[in-house]
Amino acid sequence: MTTSTDIRTQPAWRYLLDIRLRLWRRNLADFWAELRKHPVALIAGVVILIYILAALFAPQITAHDPERGSLRQRLIPPAWEEGGSWTYPLGTDGQGRDIYTRILFGARVSLAVGLLSVGISVIIGLALGAAAGYYRGRLDSILSRFADLLMAFPFLIFAIGVMAFMGPGFTNLILALTFKGWVEFFRLARGEVMAEKTREYVEAARVSGQSHTRIMLSEITPNIMQSIFVLATLRMGFMIVTEASLSFLGLGIQPPTPAWGSMVADGRNTLLNAWWVSTIPGLAIVFLVLAINLFGEGLRDILDPRLKIE
Amino acid sequence: MNDTHAPLLELRNLTTMFPTRRGEVRAVEAVNLTLRKGQILGLVGESGCGKSTVLLSILGLIAKPGRVDKGQVLLEGRDITHLSGGEMRRIRGREIAMIFQDPLSTLNPAFHVGEQIRESLRLHHMMLGPPWPLDRAKKAREKKRVIEVMQEVGIPAPEARYKAYPHQFSGGMQQRALIAIGLACQPKVLLADEPTTALDVTIQAQIVALMRRINQEHHTAIILVTHDLGLAAEFCDHIAVMYAGRIVEIGPTDQVIEEPRHPYTAGLLRCIPHVGERRAIEPIPGNVPDLADLPPGCAFSLRCDSARPVCNEGFFRLQPASADAVKRGEGGHWARCLRLTDYQMPALED
Repeated sequence: MTTSTDIRTQPAWRYLLDIRLRLWRRNLADFWAELRKHPVALIAGVVILIYILAALFAPQITAHDPERGSLRQRLIPPAWEEGGSWTYPLGTDGQGRDIYTRILFGARVSLAVGLLSVGISVIIGLALGAAAGYYRGRLDSILSRFADLLMAFPFLIFAIGVMAFMGPGFTNLILALTFKGWVEFFRLARGEVMAEKTREYVEAARVSGQSHTRIMLSEITPNIMQSIFVLATLRMGFMIVTEASLSFLGLGIQPPTPAWGSMVADGRNTLLNAWWVSTIPGLAIVFLVLAINLFGEGLRDILDPRLKIE
Repeated sequence: MNDTHAPLLELRNLTTMFPTRRGEVRAVEAVNLTLRKGQILGLVGESGCGKSTVLLSILGLIAKPGRVDKGQVLLEGRDITHLSGGEMRRIRGREIAMIFQDPLSTLNPAFHVGEQIRESLRLHHMMLGPPWPLDRAKKAREKKRVIEVMQEVGIPAPEARYKAYPHQFSGGMQQRALIAIGLACQPKVLLADEPTTALDVTIQAQIVALMRRINQEHHTAIILVTHDLGLAAEFCDHIAVMYAGRIVEIGPTDQVIEEPRHPYTAGLLRCIPHVGERRAIEPIPGNVPDLADLPPGCAFSLRCDSARPVCNEGFFRLQPASADAVKRGEGGHWARCLRLTDYQMPALED
């Protein structure tokens, strides 16, 4: 006789929790073993970690105030230059603020913007992309055309337009970056799900009695998370650069909150007599983004199953 | 097999349609099958004759825009043709399980093999009790059952292999794992779609032996879909031969193999090579006909060496093909050939 009493339907959040737990357990040990074979990615990872620690413990690392300086201490050069002092290891800016301190606090902004904008983009892009790729049909047509439309705008111009319309600020910055940022993830997720859907394990899951929702979340998604993760890392560098560009233009983070982009902008007028004011935050951006990109490349080598020879 | 058992799975006049640009194609037409508890039925035919479509029709998984057009699928007397999605999902995997041809691509590459077996237990709530965070022992009970099933299908060192990924298994082990997934919920019916085709001959024999053991120990009824009449002859109690979406011959294995009454079955038998014999294999000329463009009358008439003009007239029913066919009914030997009464098989040259 068919049993129907012992069947309960499971809420969707349990599938999601499940995926997270299973992926976590699976990957961590393998991942570490693989990472050690990619020294460049490993070094890049360490650099990123240093940035993250610096951002987290900024108030403990430095004694200076990031937002208020002393006008008598303006434009002091870095410690190794003539006239520099170790009180201000990387010198001071036009308002007498310690650049080292502002770099540390600026890392908070950059990392937060990178993580949040990419994180939200992944969630939106993955959800819509997976649904479009799995169900196809009209839903897919509408979403894909909308994505194509957004792809037609240059990213920075689009973000400038949105910021000009909504006004500057941290929240608006995240929104401006995600408005277009999800499209990349949508396209990737859609394509990957379409490819995965043709594989036999999906049919086998149907045959074993799984629902479409469950197959999409609990069977297919874990198989595409690696590509999503790689893209997320690579996009994070891009998001940080875009944030810096917007802040440079005065549309992003507003002074006096330290952001690397606006710090570069601050130093433009004194570039000839105080090069460090612009250059040092510029280098901070370069090193972080370079490290993220190198780490992303390494991650792709490690995680992409197509590159892996078993 | 004991014919007094009530039928476990019954297909009545099952017809599955696929709309195409050139009109509707009947991939499965008017198929009647009866499967009893513990019975092994072989569904034999060339590629594209509708064997796999029969299995998917049973499970209600015909891809749109295809559909089951007519007929019924009865599971223990209950019509499951028109169940809702949720009701059908409770039958799939729980009452009727299916295994596939290519085990590697059928296993999900992202998960441990053991987890995939456990997934089917979880899906059908085979272990009672509240969900995971509330009842931590439940997972242990599920794991224990998984190890049990892995042992049963002959995966050595199941504890160690619980956490292996599918690609770390050999082909035979993968197929065993797939069978374990199918068996975890102790289904009543196992649908096997060419389960040995992708495997080495020696592994094939092991998998067949495994399925036979499962059949004997749990009385699981099996429908084996294969193009290998030799395999079906060795493994099945009954054989149904399909051609162009229809059953052309059905009956107890020994009768179908030893006295094939349909020219197509006879042709298939002549295609089987025998070890130690130097008899030339005689292929059946031509190909499976286009389902959208079938000849009138007998679909096999185009390739039949003894076809006559009358073969293209009218509709052919299954005819009794042995003396006791009518008496035994669906357990008897039947064939869909107009010339059954006067048709004599040319003797096989031994």
